[in-house]
Amino acid sequence: MSDIQCVDLCRTFYQGDTAVTGLDHVSIDIKKGEFVCLVAPSGGGKTTLLNAIGGLDKPDAGEVWIAGKRIDNLGKSALAEMRLNNIGFVFQAYNLIPVLTARENIEFVMEVQGIPAADRHIRSAAILAEVGLEGLEDRRPAKMSGGQQQRVAVARAIVAEPEIVLADEPTANLDSSSAEQLMDLFVALNKKHNTTFVIATHDQRVMEYARRIVKMLDGRIDQDIPQVGR
Amino acid sequence: MKMIAIVSRLAWRNLWRNHRRTLIMLVTIAVGIWAMIFMTALMRGMVNEMVRDAVRVLPGHVQIHHPAYLDDPNIVNSIAAPDEKLLEVLNGPDIVAWTTRVRVPAVVSSARESRSVTFLGVDPATEAAVSFVAGDIVQGGFLENGDDDGIIVGRKLLETLETDMGKRVVIMTQDPDNEIADRGFRITGVFDANTDALEEGYVFTGVKAAQAFLGIPDRIHEVAIVGSDFRQIDGIYKAIADATGPDFSVLSWTELNRYLGTLLGVMDGFVLIWFVVVFLALSFGLVNTLVMAVFERVREIGLMLALGVKPMIILSQIIAESLWLLGIGALTGNLIAWLTIRPLREGIDLSSYADGMEMFGYSTTLYPEMTMGDVVTANLVVLSLGIIASLSPAIRASRYQPVEALTKV
Repeated sequence: MSDIQCVDLCRTFYQGDTAVTGLDHVSIDIKKGEFVCLVAPSGGGKTTLLNAIGGLDKPDAGEVWIAGKRIDNLGKSALAEMRLNNIGFVFQAYNLIPVLTARENIEFVMEVQGIPAADRHIRSAAILAEVGLEGLEDRRPAKMSGGQQQRVAVARAIVAEPEIVLADEPTANLDSSSAEQLMDLFVALNKKHNTTFVIATHDQRVMEYARRIVKMLDGRIDQDIPQVGR
Repeated sequence: MKMIAIVSRLAWRNLWRNHRRTLIMLVTIAVGIWAMIFMTALMRGMVNEMVRDAVRVLPGHVQIHHPAYLDDPNIVNSIAAPDEKLLEVLNGPDIVAWTTRVRVPAVVSSARESRSVTFLGVDPATEAAVSFVAGDIVQGGFLENGDDDGIIVGRKLLETLETDMGKRVVIMTQDPDNEIADRGFRITGVFDANTDALEEGYVFTGVKAAQAFLGIPDRIHEVAIVGSDFRQIDGIYKAIADATGPDFSVLSWTELNRYLGTLLGVMDGFVLIWFVVVFLALSFGLVNTLVMAVFERVREIGLMLALGVKPMIILSQIIAESLWLLGIGALTGNLIAWLTIRPLREGIDLSSYADGMEMFGYSTTLYPEMTMGDVVTANLVVLSLGIIASLSPAIRASRYQPVEALTKV
């Protein structure tokens, strides 16, 4: 069964009187456990597609299905509920809540979900170890490097064991070493938890890890290429 | 409950991201609350003292007369002493004190001068608890009993009549047969009231002495009653009216002194307006603080929405920040108000402005009165209007689209 199903999505943005095509009749199926990269030049539609899948932006036309449930016609609260319980997000930047420590950021989603404090602490401690951030639990984002912040964001994205992780240019602000470490982590988590990963990128280093590359151009899917990945 | 904890924690920490702005806002709210309570305490104290002084002059809280007496304070418009039914009410637990008086217009003359006055025959034992005169004697002493036929005059009247303690003055008035009644009374005491008008307007003798002089045995003109609080007289008023019936006129002090009665009602309305005006002044700062707080955190709000936080929680967080500000500011303001009012409980001496104050009926010592009602009202106004003022930035924050907020520059 498809974890993610997009049917004939269209999305248009307006800059003044000028219409800009974000998505042009895009359809895609992504199965559970897949590790997919959406690749496109800037303005190609990869972020728009990612946002539609994550319920962050409503398409003008078409359907989006997550785990067998249609989401493009849900209200704000229902969409928030869907994201909370099914999707983890890793953004390019501004990933963390500045007034919370690393552990509190990681536990934030679980806390909103209502998971008891004891369980949260156990899971966050385990995840911090998994992402190599032991000892930084009580640091606020301002006291962390970019790479450390991204690791905390990744930890937060997966600690609640979502079905899907959506990452938008997660390595854009990272050096090569940090980027490689991050992608190794993604792959390990994908294999361990069978979490579906959809990563929007134009970073060649990231593409090497994907087992499926979907190339987009001008808001359309141009190529859909399976590969071995790392 | 869990969301309350999350919201409160985030709101508290977000408040202190900009220490300076938050401290300025807290000071603003504290000063606003302090101003509300302190100024109201001063005004309330001033008006209440006016009322107490006025009530204490002679009226008491409730008075009983002959129905025609107030329009025509004639000697014949008299009433009998309280009967058994009325005595039961007058001696009840809701009434602090009461007294009976003979009260007629008269002329007092010395060897040199004459003045029109109100001639009062009083029972000194009961009068002391109702009016001012027994406590304001500055020469001689007050009457010993109802048969005492000495006369107590005001200090200003003593000067006006160019007479002195121990000298005799003549009281001239009309008896029930419309004949002139006059008699000499020896000055046995002098009182000092707040105003010249009081000191020149009233003379006192024993009630039985007055009745004998006027030829009206067992008749009186006035019963004056005092309850526990001049603001809470409806109960005793009704009880007295029920006990006296239609043959008597029963009036409260607000009816006897309509100016002060109206002033008290206006005062309550003025206090509320004052509270709202002060709050409106500080609300601009509050709204600005929250608008800036939201503006600076648009992306963070977008992130939280993306993570699955519902819009209502975002709204609650902004409201919670406002509540923290309002709560701490209000507590601080209340504390400062208490600390600044408490040392003034002995009164503020305004005697250097005495002449002007007396002209308007104000005492020369101002006693600020901080009432729980005013404190609660001030805090409720600030908290409730503060929440209302916070709604606009809070609703705006909750309506952000996640992707729009995340990409805000």
